[in-house]
Order: sequence, then structure tokens, then C-alpha cells
Amino acid sequence: MDFELTDEQTMLSETVTRLVAESYDFQQREHALRSDTGWSREAYASFAEMGLLGLPFAEEDGGIGGGGVEMMLVMEAVGRGLMVEPFFATVVLAGGVLRRAASAAQRAAILPGVIAGDTILALAHSEPGLPRHSLDARVVARHTGDGWTLDGHKIAVIHGQSADHLVVSALSDAGVSLFLVERDAPGVTISAARGYDGIPIASLALADVGLPASALIGSDGEGAAILERVFEEANAALVAEAVGAMAETFDVTLDYLKTRQQFGTAIGSFQALQHRAVEMLMQLELSRSMAILAAVSLDIDPGQRARNVSAAKALIGKSGRIIGQEAVQMHGAIGITSEYKVGHAFKRLTAIDALLGDRDFHISRLVALRGVYPAAA
Amino acid sequence: MQLDFTPAEIAFRDEVRSFLRDALPDDLRQKMVDRAHLGKDDIVRWQRILNARGWAVTHWPAEYGGQQWTPTERYIFQEEMALAHAPEGSPFNVNMIGPVLCRFGTPAQKERFLAATANIDIWWCQGFSEPGAGSDLASLKTSAVRDGDHYVLNGQKIWTTQAQHADWMFGLFRTDNSGKQQQGISFLLLDMRTPGITVRPIETIDGEHDANEVFFDDVRVPVENLVGEEGRGWDVAKNLLGNERSGIARIGLSKERLSQLRALEAQLTASGELAEEERHVLARKLAEVEVDLRALELTQLRVVAADAHGGGANAAASILKVKGTEMQQRMTELVTELAGPAGLAMPQAGGRTNDPDEGWVGAAAPFYFTMRKVSIFGGSNEIQKNIIAKTLLGL
Ligand SMILES: Cc1cc2nc3c(=O)[nH]c(=O)nc-3n(C[C@H](O)[C@H](O)[C@H](O)COP(=O)(O)OP(=O)(O)OC[C@H]3O[C@@H](n4cnc5c(N)ncnc54)[C@H](O)[C@@H]3O)c2cc1C
Repeated sequence: MDFELTDEQTMLSETVTRLVAESYDFQQREHALRSDTGWSREAYASFAEMGLLGLPFAEEDGGIGGGGVEMMLVMEAVGRGLMVEPFFATVVLAGGVLRRAASAAQRAAILPGVIAGDTILALAHSEPGLPRHSLDARVVARHTGDGWTLDGHKIAVIHGQSADHLVVSALSDAGVSLFLVERDAPGVTISAARGYDGIPIASLALADVGLPASALIGSDGEGAAILERVFEEANAALVAEAVGAMAETFDVTLDYLKTRQQFGTAIGSFQALQHRAVEMLMQLELSRSMAILAAVSLDIDPGQRARNVSAAKALIGKSGRIIGQEAVQMHGAIGITSEYKVGHAFKRLTAIDALLGDRDFHISRLVALRGVYPAAA
Repeated sequence: MQLDFTPAEIAFRDEVRSFLRDALPDDLRQKMVDRAHLGKDDIVRWQRILNARGWAVTHWPAEYGGQQWTPTERYIFQEEMALAHAPEGSPFNVNMIGPVLCRFGTPAQKERFLAATANIDIWWCQGFSEPGAGSDLASLKTSAVRDGDHYVLNGQKIWTTQAQHADWMFGLFRTDNSGKQQQGISFLLLDMRTPGITVRPIETIDGEHDANEVFFDDVRVPVENLVGEEGRGWDVAKNLLGNERSGIARIGLSKERLSQLRALEAQLTASGELAEEERHVLARKLAEVEVDLRALELTQLRVVAADAHGGGANAAASILKVKGTEMQQRMTELVTELAGPAGLAMPQAGGRTNDPDEGWVGAAAPFYFTMRKVSIFGGSNEIQKNIIAKTLLGL
């Protein structure tokens, strides 16, 4: 057993945590939220300068070849800052698809821009009317000549409005397949909205969108398998982000319990609140353990990887709720104002639970996989 | 033991039902169904319809426009209102200042304010909380210094709901610093157009502007606007807070939400949006919530019945507040879970959902966020538990 970080990992964690703390305080976040795009190019550029946008990509693609632990460290810092920049959408989600399944030509065309911070990507998968956490798609992909035509509708496309390229899942004769779609391709309509967590999202209408053969990512019908794999990595990243958001929420709350005076004393002196703060701390530590489990599981055998990731996502769904709700409650009225950080953390934790399978979904998945532990030999 | 309503009570319920069917405007009902934000106009319009029927302020004394209903009839009325998707009237008018003026007001105050309050010709706000005085309300500092036949107010209130729309405020102010904290507090009524008052909005996490800060800079309030005795405002406030708590369990509202959840369950099942396993999980959760809601409902009815026999319902109000608000929060949490990623989009300011056909999806999360407040205001749930421990358990 070894829970120690290597020197490089410690350095990565320290630098990215410092970067977020120094360049992304709550006011700066508010400022980013109020801008037209809803996020800060500048903050994103500083991630690029530190090489963070190349983190999971292979060295031959210009990346760093980092693993799950490195991603965990970065995402925890993202969570602490409640960052709304497209790191998750570009590098983890859509970037994950490209890294796992794109051809050398596709990678060469797109990844350098991604790593430099010039190119934004988004994954368009969720659809209205389908089960909430399904790997299926109903957008139709038809073979036309030697290319493809897409038709249908996508929702909840994180950073869809800012994306230069979209990775779109669609159903062809062979099954779910993934395609690269340019945001300004004829027939593509993007309607922008803001998520309740502040992060820009979009819905996407595809009307007779013509694509060349080279738009297909991986092989025809392979989409669900690719997504399943990428979603595991993305879920591990979300778990780490949740840990960051929870840790920040806990720190802010603890500080408040020590400073807010009512009845002539700090409210933290009330045992009714003390025990609940202790419960928050315990949930945070359990979550951290599961983030580590998920991070080190990304390259192990598929059955156990699925179990570990689902267990981690299910646990943080629960602790995110406990920590978010308790933080708001213990702050009293100030907890539900938008001028105060804990309310935003609560909302982000709510969104993290809803993304890529909520607590119930992952518990059900574990039921199907017959539990968290490997079956006895 | 007899859990059913009597024939007379059922006849009463039918009368309420048919009134609501005819009188509640469709657009208002739809807003309630969609969980859209209600504006001042919506609430005023509806309260005037109720008032015309004599049902806006039913628990006030009969001489001031109340109905001499039994506690059970009152319960039935509240429940039917919620099930019909009828908005509640302004709580500040109906449940707070109205009853207080009926009891503590001078004849001149009653004459001037009561009818106007029932009809919302005056829109009231509540100025109790201050930055340093929340749960510990008695530590409030905003001062009212006597100057001839006026009080001069200086200081700040916070979290003042709807102050931006209010014509008048009822509030607590410190008229004396010398004795015990509770003793130097006075209950005053003030016209919000008095010079020296500044209202500044506070945005909440559901994206709405309901709460405000209110600043007082040498605000002059005539002494005739004092309610009760100078320095005895705490007694008035305690009476008011008791009233504030009594309706707060809102079982009818939770029942209405439950029926909406059941409708959603049916809709999502029919459209294939719930996978087989999800259906089982949801069905279990709904059954569990129904068990809790039924227990809460019967407990409320027991309190209502004890009330009818003159039993002590006061600490029970705290039980109902804690459990009732937890129930309301659980309902909104379930709807948010059901909306999933489709519910990520935040409605535009002003409560317009993104897609009118999917109103419930867009409104789910903001409604969940906003409902976190019910365990904080009206005396936080922690404070309620302290009350229960002290008065029921003797701890
Ligand atoms: C949406 C909203 C609308 C409101 N509208 C109005 C209004 O119109 N007018 C008005 O006057 N006020 C209003 N309030 C204020 C409300 O009454 C206060 O928020 C409430 O009294 C709690 O005070 P606080 O927010 O300062 O929290 P605090 O008193 O600072 O409490 C912080 C936390 O400590 C806990 N706590 C405090 N004391 C104890 C204790 N002794 N034991 C255990 N736990 C304790 C609390 O329960 C809470 O969890 C509103 C509040 C909200 C959220």
C-alpha cells in the first residue's frame, strides 16, 4: 500500500492549487460568469501555459501522458475554485473520445490546438426522451455517398456554445457511432443556456448535416463502447472535482462556525452543529478515499474498473448532497445568496451528481455488477 | 377513533372545491403548476378574489373579517387550496401583521390598516432580522430614538423579503439599551416611502430577487405607529412568530407535489425515459415518501384535533415545522433527480423556463435550491429542535 504522491505529483498539485487560488478567487469567477461566453479565456490560457491541457494526451500527440492520479489532482483544484472553464468538456470528455478512439490524422488535426488552449471541444450525447444516463443515441446517422448525414437533437452539451468541434453520438445501421462535427457546419443550430451551476450548456439541432467519411471517430458502431470507457475516466474526474468542491465548502463552513456569533457565542460552540460539522468532515474523507480508488483504477481490468468508478460516483453523490445541504443550512440565510461561495458549491455538487449517472444509477449499476468487491474466487 | 371527515366536513370541502374550480384564474394556476415565480400582481389579484368571498383572512377574529371555522375546516381549506394549485396570500399580511394588529393594535391602527391589509391594498414586509441578529433576534441593534412625537430610526435590516414591493414594514427596533436585551425592543409600523429608507436587493441562488437589505438613515416614524407598549415589542413579536410557524408544515403543498411526482412517474414510464431498473428505484422512493407524508399528515390532524379540544399545540407546531419543511425539501430533491442532466439549464431571470412543454424539468433545480430556505427562515430547524427539547423534553 502506498498513498504517497511522487515528487512530480506533489509539485503538480501544489502548482495547480496555487494557480487557482491566486488567479481564480470568487470575484474573478463571478466576473467570468458575467461575461458573454460565461468563462474566462485568461484563466483557461493559464492552464494551457502550465501544460495542463495536455495532461492526459500521449506524448506523441504533444501531451504529457499523465494518468488518473494527475487528473485527480488537477480536477480537485478545479473543484476548489468552482472553475467554469471548459477543461472538463474539452480535455476530459470530448478530448477523452479523441484520445481513445480518433485516428492519427484526426488527432494531429485537433489536439495541438486543444493543448495550446486555442481549440474548444464539446461532447453532444444526451438527448431528450431517452433514459437519463443512457449510452444510446437517437440522432440518426445515414450513409450518403461516401459520407454521412446527421439528423436529430441533443441537450445538455457542456460548453457547446464555445466549442469549435463537437463530438456527436448518433445511431447508424451498425449501432451508436461518434462523429466530428464543426460548429459552423450547415444544418447545425446551437442554442446557448446557462447551467444552474453557472457552466454554459447548449442544445443542438442537427438538420441534414452532411459529413465527410473522415468525420467518423473509431469504427462504425463502436460509439457506445468508446463512451462507456471515456465516461469512466470522466466520472473519476468528476469525483475528484467534487472532492475539491466539498473540501472548499467544508473549509468555508468551518471558518463560519468559528466566527459567526449568535447568542453571545460562536455558533460552532453549539453541539447540534458540531456533530454535523464532524459528519461533513467524515464524508469528505470517505469521498477523498473513493476519488483515489477511482483514479488508480482507470487502467485495471474492465469489470473491476467499472465497479470502482461506480462506487466512487455513488458515494460522492451522497456526500456531495450532505455537505452541500449542511453547509447552506449552517450558514443560515447567507448560504442561499448568490454573493456567497457555499451556495454555488452546493449547486455544482448537485450538477456533478446529475452528470454521467447519478447516485441511483451507479448503485443500480453495482447491483448489476454484483457489488463493489470482486466475486470470491 | 374516526379518521374520516364528517359529512358536514365533506360538504364544506366540496364547497371549497367548487369555489376554487370557478374562481382561480387559469394563468395563475398554470404558473403554480410550472413552479414559475409569482409576481406581486399575481398574489394581489388572487388575494382580492379570496377576500371578495370572505376567505382571505379566515383565521382572523370574525369582527375583522375572519371565519369562525373549526380547526379541521381550516385544515381542509388549506389543503384544498394547495391541491387546486392556488397561491398562498401574502404571509406577511395574512399570517403575521393582521393577527397581531387584531390583538395588539389601537382602535385607530385597526381602523386604518386591517381592511386594507386583508385586501392587500397595503403590501407589508417584515423587518426583524439584522446582519448580527438572525436566530438570536433579541440582539438586534437598529435604534429608534424618541424625538417629540416621532421615533428616529438608524441602522440596518436584512433578508427583508419583498421589501422592494412593500408599502409598509412592520419591524422591531431598539428603544432602550439599558436592561435585558428583550426588554428594550419596540414594534413599529412604518411607511416605506418615508425619507431615509434605502432598499438594496439581494440575489439568491435560484436566480431570484426576493430578499433585500433595508437601510435606515434618520427615518422619522410617528409615535402613533407603535404597536403595543414601548419596550414590550418582544411580546408582540413572539405572538407573531407563533403564527408564522403554524401554517408552515404545508402538508397540502407536499401532497400536491406528490401527485405531480406520480404524474411524472406515469409520463416518464409511458415515454420510455425511465429504464426498467430506474422505475423500480423511483417507485420505492415514492412509496417511502408517501409513508412519511401520511405519518406527517396524520400527526398534523392530531394536532388540529387537540387544538379543537383546547389542547396545547404550541410545541407541536415546531415538530410540524421541522418535519414539514424536510418533506417539502425531499419532494423538490426528487423532482431534481428525475430531471437529471435535462434539468441543468437555468431558467431565464423572471422564472421563464427554457422550454414551455418541459416546464417541470427547467424549474426542478431552481425550486430545489430555493426550498433550502424553508429550514432556515421562520426560526431555523435547529432553533425549533431547541424549543422542542426545552418545552417537550424539559432538557
Ligand atoms: C429566504 C429568506 C427570507 C427571509 N425573509 C425574512 C423577512 O422577510 N424578514 C426578516 O426579518 N427575516 C427574514 N429572513 C431571516 C430569517 O429569519 C433568518 O435567516 C433566520 O432567523 C436565521 O438567522 P441567520 O440567517 O442569521 O442564521 P444564524 O442565526 O446565523 O444561524 C446560522 C446557523 O446556526 C444555527 N444556529 C443558530 N443558533 C443556534 C443554536 N442556539 N443552536 C443550534 N443551532 C443554532 C442556525 O440554525 C443556522 O443553521 C429570511 C431568511 C431567508 C433565508
